[in-house]
Amino acid sequence: MRELKYFEALREATDQCMERDSSVYLMGLGVPDPKGIFGTTAGLLKKYGKNRVLDMPTAENGMTGVAIGTALMGMRPIMTHQRVDFALLALEQIVNQAAKWYYMNDGQMHVPLVIRMIVGRGWGQGPQHAQSLESWFAHIPGLKVVMPANPYDAKGLMISSIEDNNPVIFLENRWLHNIYGDVPQEYYKVPIGKARIAREGRDLTIVTHSYMVLESLRAADILASGGIDAEVIDLRTLRPLDHTTVLDSVKKTGNLLVVDHGWIHYGVSAEIIAMVSEQIWDCLKSPPRRMGVADVPIPSSRSLAQYCYPRSADVVKMVAEMLHKPMDQFKIEISEIPSDIPDRSFTGPF
Amino acid sequence: MTPEIRKKLYFEMLRIRMIEQKIAEVYPEQEMRCPVHLCIGQEAVAAGVCANLKVEDQVVSAHRSHAHYLAKGGDLKRMLGELYGKVSGCAHGKGGSMHLIDLNAGLLAAVPIVGSTIPIGVGAAWGMVMKQLPHLVVVFFGDGSIEEGVFHESLNFAALKKLPVLFLCENNFYSVYSPLEVRQPAGREIFEIARAHGIESHQGDGNDVEEVYSMTAHAVEKIRQGKGPMFLEFKTFRWLEHCGPFWDDELGYRKENELQNWRERCPVKLHENKLRSEGLLNEHDMVPMVNQITEEINEAFHSAKTSPLPPPEMLWTHVYDESLPTE
Repeated sequence: MRELKYFEALREATDQCMERDSSVYLMGLGVPDPKGIFGTTAGLLKKYGKNRVLDMPTAENGMTGVAIGTALMGMRPIMTHQRVDFALLALEQIVNQAAKWYYMNDGQMHVPLVIRMIVGRGWGQGPQHAQSLESWFAHIPGLKVVMPANPYDAKGLMISSIEDNNPVIFLENRWLHNIYGDVPQEYYKVPIGKARIAREGRDLTIVTHSYMVLESLRAADILASGGIDAEVIDLRTLRPLDHTTVLDSVKKTGNLLVVDHGWIHYGVSAEIIAMVSEQIWDCLKSPPRRMGVADVPIPSSRSLAQYCYPRSADVVKMVAEMLHKPMDQFKIEISEIPSDIPDRSFTGPF
Repeated sequence: MTPEIRKKLYFEMLRIRMIEQKIAEVYPEQEMRCPVHLCIGQEAVAAGVCANLKVEDQVVSAHRSHAHYLAKGGDLKRMLGELYGKVSGCAHGKGGSMHLIDLNAGLLAAVPIVGSTIPIGVGAAWGMVMKQLPHLVVVFFGDGSIEEGVFHESLNFAALKKLPVLFLCENNFYSVYSPLEVRQPAGREIFEIARAHGIESHQGDGNDVEEVYSMTAHAVEKIRQGKGPMFLEFKTFRWLEHCGPFWDDELGYRKENELQNWRERCPVKLHENKLRSEGLLNEHDMVPMVNQITEEINEAFHSAKTSPLPPPEMLWTHVYDESLPTE
């Protein structure tokens, strides 16, 4: 198998879909620019021309409506926002129009629209460039919400999203763009609505998504060093939510920790714990727990922002507490990489 | 303008008027359980504009959409079915009066969020260009919409891409109860705002159906020639309350005699008098016209009232489209 970076996997998926279907087109501020949205759209302008790889006026709401209108005429738009925060200007069109269109005309017209939103993190992204708002979109019937955590899923879920006849919110954590993974060259799909068992285990289930899958897998390795065998579930899709995979895992382990990628309150972790509590309360051996981003707007300064995001050591600590294990049995290595960058290759500015 | 077109315009306006009056009359029965925004007083714009359109041309509308639906060739039975929340409705009861749709007639959508269909209509026009379809889109909206940011975003993009779209502003001077004076600076004309976006714009008398027709004909011709978007503003007036079947002038939010002055310029009556004075219309023509419309109305109301309400399982249908692309 061939290794690709996450951003390359996204670009390949987009390219293959555009090649197969002339109604697929890209729009968004900066989509054709020299940086190509962190490389995810690089080279596509040259290949498909400016009518299919389109910069747009600085008008997120209006342009979302325009994308919807083209979809009604048979096009398949992919709109990209460099940060999720800019998509907030388009909430009216996303929530009132795109999400409800198919239902309110009772199936006479659908809106096959993909909206990519990037969530920033680290390097001082600050209050308006580092918000994980996936639970907002997952709250709305009519939207699908996907959040792949590795390059293989990024490609497969992007293809599924483009082929989907519904509006799909596609959320990418900026820290994932440069991770490597196996990605087949061929056109393949990862189904929307199916979670993935990222690591099998017997003692405890960690349910998580997006970048927090990586932190959780690191935590699972550390836990294994102390004899705890954690299962890690990568949700991959937040709506529709794969109840079965989560329930089956918790039935097996009896212990549940949700490592949320966003804020805790009213969020994904609340949904997962409610779902498990309602359906298999009697399978739980300990009270379900959750962790997520600190309940504050994200400050810019690295001296403060570092406390906002849970890391693998925090996951280990909470699991030890849940299972009444002493912390000193785990080999936690303190990373020498500063907490505001994903790895040493990252030198800013974003 | 041929006598046939002039008589057709009269028939269309009369039909819309009689249908809206009937809705107002039976609404208090409380069987039509959704908000209705009646357009009595504004019939000339819908009739005059839509008479210039082909079936394949698409129209998008807002909360006050009955006239646009009817003038574009929508099916009255399906419209009333929708108002009654029945399965016979054009959205099988899921949309109501504020979400009319008729794909056979080219009525793409109506939505009540002010200004929201403006970009969608522009997008439909752009989609037509990308799909190489030789049609145009008419976006109907009121004077309130032009205060939304999305109005300006949409005009900018339509001008930028020279899209085949006709922006059609029905200026009835009120956004619910708020008059233009409290919403926009004195002396500024709506059509001039559109002009500032680089779009050819004109203003006309929205109660004169012939003026609406000929100004639209001119605009539509230019758009079909590929000359890009056009903007028309027609001043007209809503007689009844913003939402509901009743008169509401007693609330005192409109200027003294304002409603009375507009009623004296009733678009249906103005055109009728003109045709009569020219000998194009007389009692002999009127009776069968009124009878035909009355019969259609009675049949459609009967259909709506006797059609079943959607069964409970329909609550869960068409939330998502799980089919795959056809191409």
